[in-house]
Amino acid sequence: MELTAEETDVLGGAHGAAAKFAMEIVTNYGRAMGASRLMEITRAHIDSCLFHGQSGLDFAERLLYGGAQVRVPTTLNVGAVDLLHPELNRSDPASIESGRRLMSAYQSMGCRPTWTCAPYQLKDRPVFGEQIAWAESNAIVFVNSVLGARTDRYGDFIDICAAITGKVPEHGLHISENRRGEIVFDVSGLPASLSTSELLWPLLGLVVGRLTGNRIPVIVGAANNPDEDALKAFGAAAASSGAVALFHVVGVTPEAQTLDQALQGTRARETILITASMLREAQSELTSSQTGRLVAVSVGTPHFSLQEFERLIALIDGKRRDADVDFYVSAARETILQVEERGWNRLLDDFGIDLVADTCTYLKPILRRTDGLVMTNSAKWAYYAPGNLGYDVVFATLDDCVASAVAGRVVLDTAYE
Amino acid sequence: MNDGFQPLVAGSATGPAAVLTEPLSLWGGLDPDTGTVIDAHHPQRGSVIAGSVLVMPFGRGSSSSASTLLEAVRLRTHPTAIVLAEPDDILVLGAIVAKALYSITVPVVVLPRSAYDLIHTSDELVIAADRLAISRAGRGVVSLRARNRDAGLTA
Repeated sequence: MELTAEETDVLGGAHGAAAKFAMEIVTNYGRAMGASRLMEITRAHIDSCLFHGQSGLDFAERLLYGGAQVRVPTTLNVGAVDLLHPELNRSDPASIESGRRLMSAYQSMGCRPTWTCAPYQLKDRPVFGEQIAWAESNAIVFVNSVLGARTDRYGDFIDICAAITGKVPEHGLHISENRRGEIVFDVSGLPASLSTSELLWPLLGLVVGRLTGNRIPVIVGAANNPDEDALKAFGAAAASSGAVALFHVVGVTPEAQTLDQALQGTRARETILITASMLREAQSELTSSQTGRLVAVSVGTPHFSLQEFERLIALIDGKRRDADVDFYVSAARETILQVEERGWNRLLDDFGIDLVADTCTYLKPILRRTDGLVMTNSAKWAYYAPGNLGYDVVFATLDDCVASAVAGRVVLDTAYE
Repeated sequence: MNDGFQPLVAGSATGPAAVLTEPLSLWGGLDPDTGTVIDAHHPQRGSVIAGSVLVMPFGRGSSSSASTLLEAVRLRTHPTAIVLAEPDDILVLGAIVAKALYSITVPVVVLPRSAYDLIHTSDELVIAADRLAISRAGRGVVSLRARNRDAGLTA
């Protein structure tokens, strides 16, 4: 690999022990990927701040005590602990303490304490064409596809090393020709009940993720232009069931004004027609059980946007949840501040909602009651929560989640059946 | 034609092969406390890969698998090496950090499919920087050289 004089100096220890350690990891990773040089990035988003074990803390503190400071503006993903609402954390005290210590280590390296898996919903977000290093699968797929900034599929460890060095190997989705669509999914044949349902995008994400693997999918024939919330749900689902890091929706996403542009002038090797039965199968797969009492609703995976709060406020107007059904909304602290500025937190309170910040309800024990069904409108939550935490899940629209919480039992609108 | 093996993380290791017939996400699929496969849906659930050479076609799942590999190395329940049929950046990263942080090398190598398919569970694997040998019941099955490319690590 060809290194600049400055990169060689960092590798030699001229910028301190932590920068040297981080540069060794970036260059070794680049060599293994077959990259021939490094390139500059202008931002980073870190997922390593979520506690998985003592080794993660060993790694972070090795950097911290080596004097590590990030060189580019860097945001932090969710951690293991809700720092704003400590009473909500139900992990054992030792795990909470380790989770907190890890979060603090990353903040001390100069990262912004944003604590969100949806950094693309922050006021300051990447712009088209910007070269960045982001971790967290749903954030990667959104920023690449919807904002048109460029990140490869980064994960634990390499994210912070990129932030400290300001460099990544020149490879993968940083390079234009590697962003070409490879497999086309045609949704024009769906009945209107599905093509206009809010469940279309999360379900489609699940199906596309599974069929596309690590290729780049292109969606054509959508009846309605999806908004950012729909694209968020699609990407999060596709990055859960598959390794999707970039997608194109023709006529919607910035690198796909036309199908030809999405495919960069090549011909699609494969086109798959999406059918109603594929989506219905995905829908029934996301509901792990239908028997039992409804004990909770959890929405906001990935973190709830301000627009989603606006919809929720309209849905809960004048109502109150059943006393035996808890209702959780996970969101970034920045978004929660905006909610408070609008006075919406009082309305959420009146309905009986618990706001969860800094973490997420499918990663760590937060829910008070798990002795029954949990309802969600998030395909990602429904995909992971049964395996991670053993919850039984019912997947439905936001309207149905609210109606069920009020009724105290699962109520499903049959319009999209 | 060059059908040697590709060292993604170079190094030396030996051990009996633990062949997984399907890819395993280490995060949620490997218990780092015991080095045992715990993915309920995996055909080799219950297999112990600690001290063995982990052989699987390719990696799968979350980027947190790098964390699981690192945690296994910290607890010394890690595989001695990882043999794949396709490159995997997440496992590579876990191995690179393990070497930098704990000075333990877990070589990660990619074999051509023809050689990969010859490996059976319990075959003895010997991996060095530039050579890889597979033997069964004391008899050689195949021996490969590293591909001639810059993949050696400097850390």
